[in-house]
Amino acid sequence: MKLMVNGSEVEVTSEADTPLLWVLRDELNLVGTKYGCGIAQCGACTVHQDGRAIRSCVTPVAAVEGKAITTIEGQASEAGLSPVQRAWLETDVAQCGYCQSGQIMAATALLSSNPSPNDAEIDAAMAGNICRCGTYPRIRKAVHLAAAMMAEGQSA
Amino acid sequence: MNEHLKMGSMSRRRFVQSSGALLFAAQCPVGLSRKAYAGDSGAMMNSFVRIDPNNVITMLANNSEFGNGAYTVMSMMLAEELDVDYRSIALEAAPTTPEYYSPLFREYLTAGSVTTGSTFIPMRTAGAKARAMLLEAASQSWEVPLSELATREGTVVHAGSGRVSTYGDLLEVIHRLNIEPPDVVALKDPSEFKVLGKPARRYEGPGKVDGSAEFGIDIKLPGMLYGSIARPPVHGGSVISFDATEALAMPGVVKVKAIRAGVVVLADSYWRAQKASAKLKIERDRGANDGVSSEQFYSDYRALADTPGMLAEDIGDALGVLKASDDVVEATYEMPLLAHATLEPMNCIAQVEGDTCTIWSGTQYQSNDQEVISRFLGIPQHNVTIHRPLMGGSFGRRSSKTADYTVEAVEAAMGESVPVQIIWSREEDIRSGHYRPLFVHKLRGSVDASGMPEAWHQVAVGQSLMQGTKHDPTYMVRGMDIYSLDGCLQEPFGVFPYGTSYQIPNHRVESHNAPKSGIVPQEWRSVGHTHTGIAYECFLDELAHKGGIDPLELRLRLTKDHARMNRVLSVLREKSDWDKPLPPGRGRGVASRIYNISPVAQAVEVTVAENGDFTVDRVVCVVDCGFAVNPLGVEGQVEGGLSFGLGGVAFGNIDIVNGEVQQSNFHDYPVMRLPQMPKVEVHILPSDEPPTGIGEQATTPIAPAVANALFNATGRRVRRFPLSSQGFNLV
Repeated sequence: MKLMVNGSEVEVTSEADTPLLWVLRDELNLVGTKYGCGIAQCGACTVHQDGRAIRSCVTPVAAVEGKAITTIEGQASEAGLSPVQRAWLETDVAQCGYCQSGQIMAATALLSSNPSPNDAEIDAAMAGNICRCGTYPRIRKAVHLAAAMMAEGQSA
Repeated sequence: MNEHLKMGSMSRRRFVQSSGALLFAAQCPVGLSRKAYAGDSGAMMNSFVRIDPNNVITMLANNSEFGNGAYTVMSMMLAEELDVDYRSIALEAAPTTPEYYSPLFREYLTAGSVTTGSTFIPMRTAGAKARAMLLEAASQSWEVPLSELATREGTVVHAGSGRVSTYGDLLEVIHRLNIEPPDVVALKDPSEFKVLGKPARRYEGPGKVDGSAEFGIDIKLPGMLYGSIARPPVHGGSVISFDATEALAMPGVVKVKAIRAGVVVLADSYWRAQKASAKLKIERDRGANDGVSSEQFYSDYRALADTPGMLAEDIGDALGVLKASDDVVEATYEMPLLAHATLEPMNCIAQVEGDTCTIWSGTQYQSNDQEVISRFLGIPQHNVTIHRPLMGGSFGRRSSKTADYTVEAVEAAMGESVPVQIIWSREEDIRSGHYRPLFVHKLRGSVDASGMPEAWHQVAVGQSLMQGTKHDPTYMVRGMDIYSLDGCLQEPFGVFPYGTSYQIPNHRVESHNAPKSGIVPQEWRSVGHTHTGIAYECFLDELAHKGGIDPLELRLRLTKDHARMNRVLSVLREKSDWDKPLPPGRGRGVASRIYNISPVAQAVEVTVAENGDFTVDRVVCVVDCGFAVNPLGVEGQVEGGLSFGLGGVAFGNIDIVNGEVQQSNFHDYPVMRLPQMPKVEVHILPSDEPPTGIGEQATTPIAPAVANALFNATGRRVRRFPLSSQGFNLV
C-alpha cells in the first residue's frame, strides 16, 4: 500500500494490521518515532496525521493509507529546525531524550491549533506524553518559548 | 531505507559528529601506551583524547549517557583545558578495557552519581596533557619559548610572529620529534575557567530534537533478526515444552527456540516477532516462586522487625532510654517493590561468531556485561566487544548485576549467523524486571524535656542488593548491606564516611537481610534512600511533632555540627518562605538527606482536597553539590530527580500475587505526568569544594517531604506506601 510520509509517497509491504509505529521504524527506518508502551499510554510514538497528533503504536497502517503522515524527521525544513525544535534546544529540555520526539510532535500539534496556550492548556495537551527523566518544567517553558517565536513570525 | 525520507543534510551531519560515531568505537585506533600514536592518521594523545589531522578532537567517554549529562560534563572538562568548544569535540564510547574502568569502582560502571566527581581531575588532566604536547610541538618547531605561546579555539598561537597552527597540523611535528606526554601538568585555576561552572546546553542535545539521536533500540544491522521473548509469568519459572506450529506459520517468522529467559521468536521485524509470540502454546513449570506475594513479604518482614537484627550502630543507650521512657513513639514504615520503567524498554543486539561475541547495548555496566557473557560463552573476556549507544533512561535498571537483558540476547543469537536484537515489550519490562526491593522499617523514639529527639531505635528489613554478589566484600559490613541502611547512620560504615548529618545522642540501628525470594533486587535512582529516606525523615517528623518543635527548626538544631547541611537548611528556610503561614487545606513538609556527601534539602507545599486528591504546588530544593560544573545540568537533574521520586512515592507499586506481578503497563503502573509536576525552584549553593554529584541527590528528600506535608495539611500520617494506596491521590 502507498503512504504519504513527510511529504513523499512511499510503498510499504507490512501487513494491514501492523501499527504505523513499526512500519515507520522497521520498514521505513524512520526510528526517531519511539516505542514506549504499545497501548497509547506514553506518547513516545506520537506522529501527525493531517496535522493532528496520533499515537502510531495503536494506529494500523491501513488506517492511514492516503493520509499525510509527518514524523519528527519531517519537522526540520530547508530553513532549519522548526520553532518548536529550536525552543527545545534553547531551553535544553532533553535529558535521555527518548520521549522528546513525541513531546515535540505533541507540542507542535498543540501550537498549530492553539498558538498561545496557557499553562493549564499545555498541561492538558501534553498529559499523554510521559517523560521518565522529569523534564516537565522545561517542556512547559519550551512550549511558551515556541509560541512566542511563532508569534514573532518564525514559521512552523 | 528510502533516501528521500532521510533528514536534511544539516541534521545528518550533526548526528555523525555527535552520536553516530558511538557505534564504531572499536574500529578506531585506541592504542593506549605513551608510544602508541596512530601515526599516519590520528594520534592518541592519551587514553581519552585522539586528535586527527583534520583537527577533529575525539573524546573517548568511559561513562555512559542515559540522561545524566555525562557526555556534557566530560566534554566540558576536556574542552576547558584544551581550549576548544565542547560542542566541537567528537565522542566515542571508550572500549571495555581496564584503562577505562572507573577509578572509584575499579569497573566499567556509570553509577552512584559519581561521574562528575570522578572524572573532574582525570578528564581535565587528559586535556591539559594533550595541550602541553601541542605547545611543546609548536615551541620546538617554531623555535620560540613556551612562555610566548598560547592556545585558542583549537589552535596554537604565537603572538609575536603571528604564527598560528591548528592542533591537527601539529600532529606531524609531535610524531616527527617524538614528543611525549608530560608526567605532570598544571590544571587551570578555577579563576581561569571559561567553560566549567558556566551553564552549558546538553552536548548531544541537537540529535535529541531532530530524531537522529541513536538509541540501542534504533540500531539496524545488516540481516539482523528481531526477537520477542515469551517470559514466564512467575519470576524464575521455566519452560517444560512448547508448540510453535502457529507462530512459525506467521509471516516473517524465522525461528522459535527456548532459552533460559523463555521462548524466543525470531522474525524479520519486531512487530512480527511480538505478534507470533502471542501464538505460542507453552507448558511451564511455575517454579519455586509460585507462592510468593507482596503481602507475605510485608507480614514476614514485620515479624522479623520485631526480632533483634544485626547491629549496625549503637551510640549511647537507646534501648535503656526507651525502656525508661513512658512516652515512646513507635511506627512501622512499609515500602513496596518498584519498577524503573525506563521509557526505552530493555533491548540488546548480540552477534556470536566463533569464539567472539559483539553486543550493541545501552548499559551502565560494561565490564560486568563483558564478564557475564564471557562466562556464559566460555570465551576470554577480551573477545567480548561492547558498542554502547545512547540510553532512553536507566535509573539503575541498566546496571544489571545479572546482565539479564544482555546475556539473553547472546543466548538468542547463539547458532544464528546474523545479529539478533531482543526488545522487551512494556509488559515484559513491568512484569519481568528487577526491582527496588520491598522494605519494612520499624522505628521507636523518644524526645527529651526540651522536645529534642533523645533516643532512636530503627530496625530495617529487606532484601539486600549486594549479599552474595561479587560486590559482597565491598558493600557488606559484618553481614549487613550498607545500602539497606543508606543515610541512617551517624558513624562511618564500610566505604561510607557517615550516613546522616543529624546527631541524636542515643542512636541504635539494626538490619535484617530478608531471605532471597527469587525477585531480583536492583538499585533504583538513589538506591537505599528510596526507602530509608521515607522511614528516617517521616519518623523524624513524628518526633518533631511529639516534641512540639518545627520540623525544619529541629533539623537545623540536629545539624549544628554539620556545617554544609546546616547552611543548606538555613538557605532553605529563607527561600521556601518556611515561616509564612499557609491557609487551611494546605501543608508544608521538609526533608534533608546526604547522598554521596552532597547535602540536599527540600521544602514542599501541598494542597489537599477533602477526598484526598492533592497537588504538590511548589518544591524548593537547596543543594550543595560542591563546585557545580554545569549549573544548567544540575538544575535539570534536580527537577528530574525529584520528579522520579515523587512519582514513586505517589503511586509506584509493583504488587506480586502468587509469584506474578499484577501490573503490566503505564495504565496500572502510573508514572509522573506533566500536570502532576510541581513548580520547582532550585538553589545551588556556591562552592569551591570538589564536585560531589547530583544525579540521584534530589530523589532522596522528595518522598518523605511530601508525606510530611500531607500530615501537616491533614493530620494523617501515611506509613504504608505508595500514597495512592492510602487515599492520597496526586493530581
